[in-house]
Amino acid sequence: MDDTKKMAIIATKGTLDWAYPPFILASTAAALGYEVQIFFTFYGLQMVRKDLSGLKVSPLGNPGMPMKMPFGPKWFKGINWNIPNAIQSLVPGYESVATGLMKMTIANCGVATISDLRSLCQEAEVKFLACQMTVELFGFEHTDFIDGIEYVGAATFFEFAGDTDICLFI
Amino acid sequence: MNFDKELDARGLNCPLPILRAKKSLAEVESGQVLKILSTDPGSVKDFAAFAKQTGNELLSTAEAGGEFTFFMKKK
Repeated sequence: MDDTKKMAIIATKGTLDWAYPPFILASTAAALGYEVQIFFTFYGLQMVRKDLSGLKVSPLGNPGMPMKMPFGPKWFKGINWNIPNAIQSLVPGYESVATGLMKMTIANCGVATISDLRSLCQEAEVKFLACQMTVELFGFEHTDFIDGIEYVGAATFFEFAGDTDICLFI
Repeated sequence: MNFDKELDARGLNCPLPILRAKKSLAEVESGQVLKILSTDPGSVKDFAAFAKQTGNELLSTAEAGGEFTFFMKKK
């Protein structure tokens, strides 16, 4: 009997912050010897596009997100910029600025980029599945996505997921 | 302690030290020892968990001035 541990992840979010958990967990599980598959569906498809610039982070309506500056003296970095939603929503480019600052923080903390983590997953033979239905729904072409993806439906996902030790919806 | 390969994972954060260690272990022979340097405080428990789950032996863990040194013997 095959005693290899298995993990399946359903990745459904399309923002920079939420792109981390699936790739971190998948690459780590693979390093621990798990066989891993990730099923990208709905907004999760953004994580497997060739162009990852669509992955942004929005502090708007996100009370759990500390807004701290990644540069300057220590006292300045410690300030939490509590900007009201009404103002955030009115400032053009607010999301892009927040995303830029987030990427700086990520680099400062020695955290990998999404592109790096995705490559590490692929090197570790994590299998990427994409939901064909949502590819069509959002008007994507297969050429929008990186190589090595299998375009399938829910039934194919269950073939693997039904036999896993860990199955996560992210 | 004698070692056969060294991995400098200082400045890297979760899950990179583990992923790099996995890669480095693939480059040594069974029974050989990998020395790992890290600054990630989470790596102390993570390397113990990694060893437990992969069967590689964590020979020692040491901390000095915010730096962690691990010796791991390949299964």
